[in-house]
Amino acid sequence: MHSLSFDIAHMLSGGLVLASFLMLYQDRLPSLINMLALQAMMLGLSVAWQAITQDAPHLYITAALAIGFKAIAIPMALRRIIVKLDIHRQIETVGGIGRTMLAGIGLVALALQVVLPVTSASDALAREDIALALSVVLLGMLMMVTRRNAVSQIIGFMSLENGIILAATGARGMPLVVEISVAFSVLIAFIVVGVFLFRIRERFDTVDVTALDQLREDST
Amino acid sequence: MSALAVLAVGIVVLLAIAAGGLVTRRGAVIYGACLAVTAAMAVTAAMALALPAASMVLPIGLPGLGAHLRLDALAAWFALIVNGGAAAASLYALGAGAREPEPGRVLPFYAALLAGMNLVVLADDAYIFLFAWEVMSLASWALVMSRHRAAENARAGYVYLVMAGFGTLALLLGFALLASGGGLAFDAMRAAHLAGWPAGLGLGLVLLGAGSKAGLVPLHVWLPLADPVAPPHVAALMSGVVTKVAVYGFIRIVFDLLGPPEWWWSLPVLIIGGMTAAVGVLHALMERDLQRLLAYSTIENIGIIFLTLGLALAFRANAMPAAAALALTAGLFHAGNHMLAKSVLFFGAGAVLGATGERNIERLGGLIHRMPVSSACFLLASVAIAALPPLNGFASEWLTFQAIFVSPALPQWGLKLLVPATGTLLALAAALVAACFVRAFGILYLGRPRSTVAETAAETDRFSLAAMIGLGALCIACGLFPGVVIDALAPVTQLLVGGAMPVQWQSAWLTIIPTAGATGSYNGLMIGLFLALVTIGTALTIHAVAGRRTRRARPWDCGYPNLGPATQYTAASLSQPIRRVFSSIVLRSSEVVDMPPPGTLRAASVRKTIHDPAWEALFAPLAAAMSGVAGWLNQFQYLTIRRYLLMVFGLLVILLIIVGMVP
Repeated sequence: MHSLSFDIAHMLSGGLVLASFLMLYQDRLPSLINMLALQAMMLGLSVAWQAITQDAPHLYITAALAIGFKAIAIPMALRRIIVKLDIHRQIETVGGIGRTMLAGIGLVALALQVVLPVTSASDALAREDIALALSVVLLGMLMMVTRRNAVSQIIGFMSLENGIILAATGARGMPLVVEISVAFSVLIAFIVVGVFLFRIRERFDTVDVTALDQLREDST
Repeated sequence: MSALAVLAVGIVVLLAIAAGGLVTRRGAVIYGACLAVTAAMAVTAAMALALPAASMVLPIGLPGLGAHLRLDALAAWFALIVNGGAAAASLYALGAGAREPEPGRVLPFYAALLAGMNLVVLADDAYIFLFAWEVMSLASWALVMSRHRAAENARAGYVYLVMAGFGTLALLLGFALLASGGGLAFDAMRAAHLAGWPAGLGLGLVLLGAGSKAGLVPLHVWLPLADPVAPPHVAALMSGVVTKVAVYGFIRIVFDLLGPPEWWWSLPVLIIGGMTAAVGVLHALMERDLQRLLAYSTIENIGIIFLTLGLALAFRANAMPAAAALALTAGLFHAGNHMLAKSVLFFGAGAVLGATGERNIERLGGLIHRMPVSSACFLLASVAIAALPPLNGFASEWLTFQAIFVSPALPQWGLKLLVPATGTLLALAAALVAACFVRAFGILYLGRPRSTVAETAAETDRFSLAAMIGLGALCIACGLFPGVVIDALAPVTQLLVGGAMPVQWQSAWLTIIPTAGATGSYNGLMIGLFLALVTIGTALTIHAVAGRRTRRARPWDCGYPNLGPATQYTAASLSQPIRRVFSSIVLRSSEVVDMPPPGTLRAASVRKTIHDPAWEALFAPLAAAMSGVAGWLNQFQYLTIRRYLLMVFGLLVILLIIVGMVP
């Protein structure tokens, strides 16, 4: 059962989770973006491997999209944004790296505990894939919750979306149109959020989202 | 065309009139049309009393269900009450409606209210019933809010809306329970009887739903707030008719749909009825605002009606159809009587309000000289509602007491003890009502005017007088010939409790016989004739014996010609003994006398306070809890994006943990 293809797929999806963990404690934005690029690259490789093992040529397109857009285009654009916003040298305070990592470990354990018993009927590859994908989703959300900087929140969202793509490709017979539409919606979300970032910056001189809350009169 | 078709067409015409009310501001057109339609509907309903039940299904309403309408004897009796009251109110409004400052706020909702009430009575499935119930609630809410600029009115409207929503919710749940056996149509509910605790729960829900609309203690708080602020003809409708529609809803569901009663069903109805009667009249006795006084008196009468319904339930559960028919006849008769008398009283109060602009009876007085006809009508209705012979109120309350006297034959000891206790409450209430209306009439119409507006008041218009005289004549007719009404109600009791009172029309001298073989009997005609003879004889004798010389003096001047009107009895002083005896316990009334020490020039004052236990023990904590929870939840409207994300994330993790723990 533990064939080479399973091990390679396992390694690549595990690489995604690892990249998520790496992201959790990056306190500089450029390195955070590098980690996102790394994760997207792992995703592309993982999807490509799925295309080989599942013998589904359309997944090559997904892999190419993942590597082209998410590993190259979006990180480049993000780098340009942070340079323009002049926050690429800032250090973001990431509250309690140890605690965050512990929470992340707990979330991965939870994801495995939830998914593995439920999907006992399907094949091992899909099970591991879905379990790890859920871990990536949860870690992405954890990142969105723990960061204050709007750019890091977007990166958390991107990483969350990587997990979704991973889950989608792990399931056999997912049509291409679904994957492409998810990829495009993320791209559009990226563009919209990018525009908003500059607007926020223009208005508040910062992209720290706590500044947004000060505008509201009755926030507690 | 069948009677049911006539009534259905009448509802459609009323809705068309409501739509017309949006177009025209001319009250005479709308009220005239309402008067014509409701009068025709009242006549139809009266003729339908003796006809067999008819039903029809219209292809509107819920898909697959349609609109079921049904006209049986019970529906016919309440359709008669509704349309009779509505016709009188429309006639009154022909005159009084012209005094309305903003008729556009009243006209459409008035006709819609009439249509809604008629539809409630005719409805034969839960959907139409609740729909019509809501039309009735919302239309009357809009009427309460027609003078919305005063803060007091806005508060009354709010309380009314909340209570109406609560009542409809309770009814909705009750119907859900009833519909579990078959479907939403009443026929299916009749076929599928509830038993055991679901039936008890259904009874409780109906008691909450219909009771909150009828004004049962402790759900009565909206009535004294909402009734006084509505226009006078609407106040008469809301007090006299809307509460009766609620009574109809209770009878329809409990006697018709819920299935054969068990004896303990009667316990809550009896207790709440007795309590409502006593608390309502105590409040009425303390009240200075004339309209609120009448509203509290409505609560008292609703208590009496529910008392008779409780008795009827107890008798029916114990297979005593004759006694059940007696109790139910008393209740139905009283519902009609109360509509007649209370409408006249509200019309009279509206005439006083229109003539003086004053609702506080402490500032009125002596109006009998300036408004002689309306004061005579008010006096007649007061006598009727205080249940003095030979008027109709006495006939129905006498029947109620006859039903109570049968109660020792009940097998359950709980009822054997409870029914006489509620009878005592009823007797107390009856006496206090008499005191209450002596006080109301005496302060309002007798004595000397206590303000300039009371001195300069003028008699009201002829339409208002015609409405009052018409209903007053009906009060006398029903009082002198109660047998006619009792015979007319026989099909209703036959339908609901499987028995009827003995046929009264054939008894000698039109004497009322409560049950076959009963020893007590009452003859309204004889007593009326006797009272008339004695009164006329006494008057003639006095005039013959006494001297011809007359001297007019101002009342309550104690022989001193220059004493002001403040020397008279006031409403507060008249009710003080009763306030001290009863209300200090029930209503926690208290008096604080502030007497300045000698040498101080400050005015002395007496301040009295009255608490409504229902408000303080039930509604105030409930409202405080509600606003507390709402305030606590409000902070979730103003969280940061991260906190919202955190909440979503936390919930997701919790759900995942639950999924992981429970494989």
